[in-house]
Amino acid sequence: MQYDHIVIRYGELSLKGKNKKQFIGQLRENLKQKLRPFSNIKLFQTRDRMYIKLNGQEHEPVIEKCQEVFGIQSLNLAIRVENSIDQIKEGALWALREEKQAKTFKITTKRPNKNFEVSSQEMNQILGGHLLSNTDNLTVDVHNPDVEIRVEIRHDAAYIMAGKIPASGGLPVGTTGKSLLLLSGGIDSPVAGYLAMKRGVQVEAIHFHSPPYTSDRAKQKVLDLARELTKFGHEIRVHVVPFTELQQKIFREVPENYGMTVMRRQMMRVSERLAERENILSLTTGESLGQVASQTMESMNAINEVTNYPVIRPLVTMDKVDIIDISRRIGTYETSILPYEDCCTIFVPKQPKTRPSREKIHQFEHHVDFTPEIEKALDGIETITLTEHDQTKSEFEDLL
Amino acid sequence: MIYLDNSATTSPYPEVLESFRKVSETYYGNPSSIHQFGGEAEKLLKTSKKQAADLLKVSEQELFFTSGGTESNNTAIKGIALKHQNRGRHIITSQVEHPSVLEACAALESLGFRVTYLSVNHEGKIDLDELKRTIDGETILISIMHVNNELGTIQPIKEIADLAAKYPKLFFHVDHVQGLGKVPLDLSHPGIDLCSMSSHKIHGLKGTGALYIQKGTTLFPLLHGGGQESSQRPGTENLAGIVAMVKAMRLTMEKQRHSYQHLEKLSAIIRTALHQDHRIVINSPEDGAPHILNFSVPNFKPEVVIHALGKENIFISTKSACSSKHSDESAVLAACGWGEDRSHFGLRISLSYQNTEEEVREFCKTFIHVLDQLNNVMG
Repeated sequence: MQYDHIVIRYGELSLKGKNKKQFIGQLRENLKQKLRPFSNIKLFQTRDRMYIKLNGQEHEPVIEKCQEVFGIQSLNLAIRVENSIDQIKEGALWALREEKQAKTFKITTKRPNKNFEVSSQEMNQILGGHLLSNTDNLTVDVHNPDVEIRVEIRHDAAYIMAGKIPASGGLPVGTTGKSLLLLSGGIDSPVAGYLAMKRGVQVEAIHFHSPPYTSDRAKQKVLDLARELTKFGHEIRVHVVPFTELQQKIFREVPENYGMTVMRRQMMRVSERLAERENILSLTTGESLGQVASQTMESMNAINEVTNYPVIRPLVTMDKVDIIDISRRIGTYETSILPYEDCCTIFVPKQPKTRPSREKIHQFEHHVDFTPEIEKALDGIETITLTEHDQTKSEFEDLL
Repeated sequence: MIYLDNSATTSPYPEVLESFRKVSETYYGNPSSIHQFGGEAEKLLKTSKKQAADLLKVSEQELFFTSGGTESNNTAIKGIALKHQNRGRHIITSQVEHPSVLEACAALESLGFRVTYLSVNHEGKIDLDELKRTIDGETILISIMHVNNELGTIQPIKEIADLAAKYPKLFFHVDHVQGLGKVPLDLSHPGIDLCSMSSHKIHGLKGTGALYIQKGTTLFPLLHGGGQESSQRPGTENLAGIVAMVKAMRLTMEKQRHSYQHLEKLSAIIRTALHQDHRIVINSPEDGAPHILNFSVPNFKPEVVIHALGKENIFISTKSACSSKHSDESAVLAACGWGEDRSHFGLRISLSYQNTEEEVREFCKTFIHVLDQLNNVMG
């Protein structure tokens, strides 16, 4: 015997009354995309859950992939057997024996198929007796079992499940709209993108590139980070903004200690304009309160002034160590710490203003017209679309 | 020519040589140089590593390129010993390991480490119970090969890894040089901390190898220098060799998926033919790797047999190439408990996916013929 199905349970989805249908449709679409490399498997759904029929495919890699899809609360491995007491007994025993660590168990039978010959209660007793007499050192514990063997007697067949496998939770990506993620190349912004996606947001990324101050490697690093995020959102478009001229002008025209604040304001302006152009309704940043000079309350107040788009800041109250933990878990950390200059690390004033005031900034910006540079930056945007199962591999394909 | 010494080394695939040449010619920039040309080389290095990591089902951060199997084995063994000696100074290995493991352990013995060399049965397999009994509070490392280079014996790596996983202080290193591309090994097993691989055994080029180091496992590096390979293995990367290795890995592992039965078939043909000759005794276990077949022809000096076959343009070997220049006796066969009649007369055939049925049939015929001729003279 071997597990031939994976059962997918929705989490929060089941609470969403009217929208439920749309959410499930999106989840199904996302799962289909995610599982495309496994050509044997089949995805199907019933009213309250989805099933993956494995058709001989090993289950471990499929489960790993499912764990990257938001909107799934938990997974179960299941075997499908005929609707007969003997078959169910055999299947339940096999499933219990697979749980090698377990010392106690419990059986829960559900019987949506009311035509089945015995009731759920009776089935529990039959199975309990069968399992106890065919195993050693295992006892029943109905309150706190090491493993719960769940039997569902449906119309088409019976499904036997053991051990619940946790999944990512959250909402299916694409169900709560789009946001434009300001992606720098550091540790924080990819994590912010990940957390936004976890709440169902479809993310596009904007990156400010300042050659020759920032190198191709820095740009590649950002694309690599975005590619990591496609694990969670399938497709991510990265908009690379040529930022050199705007940045040079800022540092020419604005006092050094205010340069950074003004630069951030210009980034927000460009981002908002791009969002507007692309029908994106919000911005997402990796700002975390108090982390660096640009992330004090005063700085945020000064920077946020230039946009009235909602700014999603998933990390705003998080500690750095917790952000790093997530970053390691989702696989962006190693790339994030590569030591290339990005547009925020060059032109760093010796003493950036940690408490900038809006009035001062208004004065500085009043004398300088940044419009031509902003327009030029917007016109020069290069958009790169990354997808998870990218077939256009690398330029090195013939070498490797 | 019929080449049946693929465990000593293999012929590089033409596609691999082509990549090596192209990379040497086009991407000779130093991956550490900050200019764009160096950037291209770095990108190629990263892409190669990603592909290798995907093939081995490990993460890119867990894979390090070295100069070959010997360096990987030395790095793993000495690296663990030096880094973790404050936890204990006891190492466990087996009597049938490759010289690069045995000699590294011997060197550590001269520094005061205690080494246990596990015995093996007639088939070359270690005994798990003996291993269990040998582990003590001082043990920091177990180093056991996956596939034995002389016999093809497959060691119970999964069971050892299960055992090792129960001891948090203990690292487990697998010498996978002969197994790569032939016998599957699940590196995602949490009990396997280190794993050595070599390029020229899988139709890549000499001078390149790899070491898998599980996340969280730390080593004292053999070399110190400019920080390449996360400072685990500094020195300007041998990019052309690395690309060649990764390509060879891809091609060989594809063959592993599709042509494994082919190897088994060749092995069966030889086994059956040799079995019928009463002069020959087969030493390799039935359940061993399909590409290595070891046998003895008592009283026929191996060297003479090798040379006689060589005249017919057929190349096989006595024992591992790394030990065969020394005495006649195979230490591996001796460790298996065979007497001199076998251990002094061992011969080894090692196959690759490129060998054909005709070749092995031709070998069998010629081999018996050679024995007959030698018999007349020696008998």
